[in-house]
Amino acid sequence: MNLLDPQGPVAAANSTILIDSVFIMLAIVVPTIVAILAFAFWFRASNGKARYQPDFVYSGRVEMVVWSIPALTVILLGGVAWIGSHQLDPAAPVPGTGSPVRIQAVSLDWKWLFIYPDQRIATVNTLTVPAGAELNFQLTSSSVMNTFFIPQLGSMIYTMNGMVTKLNLRADNEGKLQGLSAHFSGDGFPDMMFDVNVISPLAFPDWVATTAKTDAVLDEASYRTLMQQGIEKGRPAYRLEDPRLFDLIANQHIPPGPGPELISDAGRPHSGGHDAR
Amino acid sequence: MPVVRTVEATMLGKLDWSAIPFDQPIPLVAGAVVLVAILAVLIWVVVKGHLPYLWHEWITSVDHKRIGVMYILLASVMLLRGGSDAIMMRIQQAVAYQSQGYLPPEHYNQIFSAHGTIMIFFVAMPFVIGLMNLVVPLQLGVRDVAFPTLNSVGFWLTATGALLVNLSLVIGEFARTGWLAFPPLSELSYSPGVGVDYYAWSLQISGVGTLVAGINLVTTVLKLRTKGMNYLRMPMFCWTTLASNLLIVAAFPILTATLAMLLLDRYLGFHFFTNEAGGNVMMFMNLIWAWGHPEVYILVLPAFGIFSEVVSTFSGKALFGYRSMVLATMAICVVSFMVWLHHFFTMGAGPDVNAIFGIASMIIAIPTGVKIYNWLFTMYGGRIRFATPMLWSVGFMVTFIIGGLTGVLLAVPPADFMLHNSMFLVAHFHNVIIGGVLFGAFAGFEYWFPKAFGFRLDERWGKAAFWFTFLGFFATFVPLYVAGMLGMTRRMQHYDVAAWRPWMIVAAFGMAVLTIGVVCQIVQLVVSIRNREALRDRTGDPWDGRSLEWATSSPPPVFNFAFNPDVRGEDAYWDMKARAQQQSLEHEVPEYRDIEMPRNSPTGFVCAFFATIMGFALIWHIWWMVILGGLGAFATFVVFAWRDHDEYVIPAEEVARIDRVNLEERRGLVSMAGAT
Repeated sequence: MNLLDPQGPVAAANSTILIDSVFIMLAIVVPTIVAILAFAFWFRASNGKARYQPDFVYSGRVEMVVWSIPALTVILLGGVAWIGSHQLDPAAPVPGTGSPVRIQAVSLDWKWLFIYPDQRIATVNTLTVPAGAELNFQLTSSSVMNTFFIPQLGSMIYTMNGMVTKLNLRADNEGKLQGLSAHFSGDGFPDMMFDVNVISPLAFPDWVATTAKTDAVLDEASYRTLMQQGIEKGRPAYRLEDPRLFDLIANQHIPPGPGPELISDAGRPHSGGHDAR
Repeated sequence: MPVVRTVEATMLGKLDWSAIPFDQPIPLVAGAVVLVAILAVLIWVVVKGHLPYLWHEWITSVDHKRIGVMYILLASVMLLRGGSDAIMMRIQQAVAYQSQGYLPPEHYNQIFSAHGTIMIFFVAMPFVIGLMNLVVPLQLGVRDVAFPTLNSVGFWLTATGALLVNLSLVIGEFARTGWLAFPPLSELSYSPGVGVDYYAWSLQISGVGTLVAGINLVTTVLKLRTKGMNYLRMPMFCWTTLASNLLIVAAFPILTATLAMLLLDRYLGFHFFTNEAGGNVMMFMNLIWAWGHPEVYILVLPAFGIFSEVVSTFSGKALFGYRSMVLATMAICVVSFMVWLHHFFTMGAGPDVNAIFGIASMIIAIPTGVKIYNWLFTMYGGRIRFATPMLWSVGFMVTFIIGGLTGVLLAVPPADFMLHNSMFLVAHFHNVIIGGVLFGAFAGFEYWFPKAFGFRLDERWGKAAFWFTFLGFFATFVPLYVAGMLGMTRRMQHYDVAAWRPWMIVAAFGMAVLTIGVVCQIVQLVVSIRNREALRDRTGDPWDGRSLEWATSSPPPVFNFAFNPDVRGEDAYWDMKARAQQQSLEHEVPEYRDIEMPRNSPTGFVCAFFATIMGFALIWHIWWMVILGGLGAFATFVVFAWRDHDEYVIPAEEVARIDRVNLEERRGLVSMAGAT
């Protein structure tokens, strides 16, 4: 999950900006740290060779320099931030080969549901995507906030109930990656890690066809079961009954997921996460 | 027996025996140990007959120095609590690889929530407010703060908040939502327990305390300065105090309002931040960070002030570029209110919004950088004595620059898209809060301790504490930076990623080193108290200081100064010392006058007593007790408002007697200095 080992253009651009920014700042930070240590050492009271200048308490030239060094750095970095923010806007498409794949991700307590509306399938805790294709994500949450993040593919984005956020990514190399939720969401939060299988664009239709043969069906009823608090250790897959399911969740036609079941009235509820374990 | 149950519900609200965590040994044992310790201290105090002394000299005291000391004591005790939480978390993450570790999620989640809440609200805040209380009136050359009794109220309400947070350890639970309790997770449907209520009511009550402390200190700096102490002659610490408290006055009401909305959601079925009925979590995010970002500067600005005093004193030079520093301080004060959105770049705002807030955040680095350079040039041409406060200051400069670098990095939106909420972020804010605020608090503690108690702290143990803390800090948090770069996110109770594991183990080792640092600090205090005669500061000026707090004795008399000092320039006391040397001695025999000082008042303590009752009752829905607590607090206020005598007189002879002792000692110092 190394951020410096990007597997797609977004992550590559993000980490380039990250590294560039660090080096721009190191250019002034390292000399400053050296100067602090050097001045502190040389002007120690026991050093007879250091000249004591108690009246050196103001210098217009020094002030000029000390205001301009950080200002110039910030102007440079500000440019990086401005251009970077626009080029790497999560909502902006990332062109790729072949036809784009639409994926609708829903964070549940405490698992990820990935709906492929065009392929009419859905998976839990596994995201399978073709290499090189443009991936358009629409994201929402069934209950509390989460953050959708695949470190080696780049930008993360919040998921919120009743709202849809957008994210565009692309995975360039076949292989297995990992994703996670990057916003604390309750007891089962650490178990919200998911597999990302990047497969060849030729294998993708086969995978879709195989998955579509499953008996499990995702409709409103099975979704309501799925959104109960709990941890999913398996990797279930579904045929999608209604391609508008995501919209029903996002516009709260299906009400937000329930919280923990109250067993004791006295403040310390037993949570679903605990039971699932 | 439905009737009995109703009676119980009326009498005790949601409270019953299941609130005590009999099934969880760790909090129960910890709670029991603390309870026994408190009881032992109480019994010792009563048996030894110290109770009247404590009551008259400390609990009811409205003396800003005493209140400052109590704030710092509260912060130190809470530092041990928050530190224990930190140790438990580091151990959990070191062992919870492909396993559940030793802390189940419902416990681990409380620990990190409590750690954050305690460290910010009950360690960092009371520590800096305590130092400001202790020092600022002395530096301004005045006898007390603007509102002495309100000051006491503020302290005791803060203590109430701390008490309630710790009570949650044994009665009920604490929030499991993180230290900012983001909805909808913190709403009733997802957090039905009392944890979030403990969190919110503690902060509401202590927030009132912080707000009155802020109003008090702003008024003190603006209205109570000795003659000649105009704004551009104030020591840097007074400037940063002013800036920090202006931020408190502006920002804390936002926190109070935000938590009030959350409480309305939870108690009365409102829909400010719920998923349903048009509630909006993004509003909470904006509001809480509109307070939360200025809060960072509320904490760090006073620390900047402390470093300015320390670097200047121990370099034997006035602060370099004083006016530039004032400008930088006020610039930070203003800009810090305009950057809150950088806490949620990943919420999906457009590129323009993200870029503008990113650049605004970077702009704060300019005045901060200027401060670093001005401290650097204060050292240039100085004659630097490396006493413990100076070590903390140099350590701070090095550490804080690195924290600043990672901070500016996180202000670049595309970089933040990868690092938001990661362990990298955790490492960054500990880098600036430990390296900035805590190092500053420790520097101030070592620096002003002789002023408060009349003897210096042991240097050897102080230096050991510095080195262990400094190295321990890097050993703990550099691994977290690396883990963040490896995609690790914060608040994970367990994980299965092999690459993270070694770094978590190194961090746990670093935490052990940090702990040794804290132990050294405790040993230092004990050793110094035992050797206090050898470490006695007789002159009131142990560091060859430059500002007015060193012009009076250590500890200062209750009235601080027999005469309001006459200030003729920056570095007022340095100036006086120089003039005294020229005239060889301060030989004029002053004419002493009676001094009026505010009387002690139990108002603060009694108010806080009732606030504690009310807070506890609100948390547990015990409505009759809420009314009782509310009425009690109001009655206390009315009694105070109708008081007849609020001041007492210290006769001129008494003032003269106290002041002459100090003058004798000081003459000795001046003539000695003149001879060398």
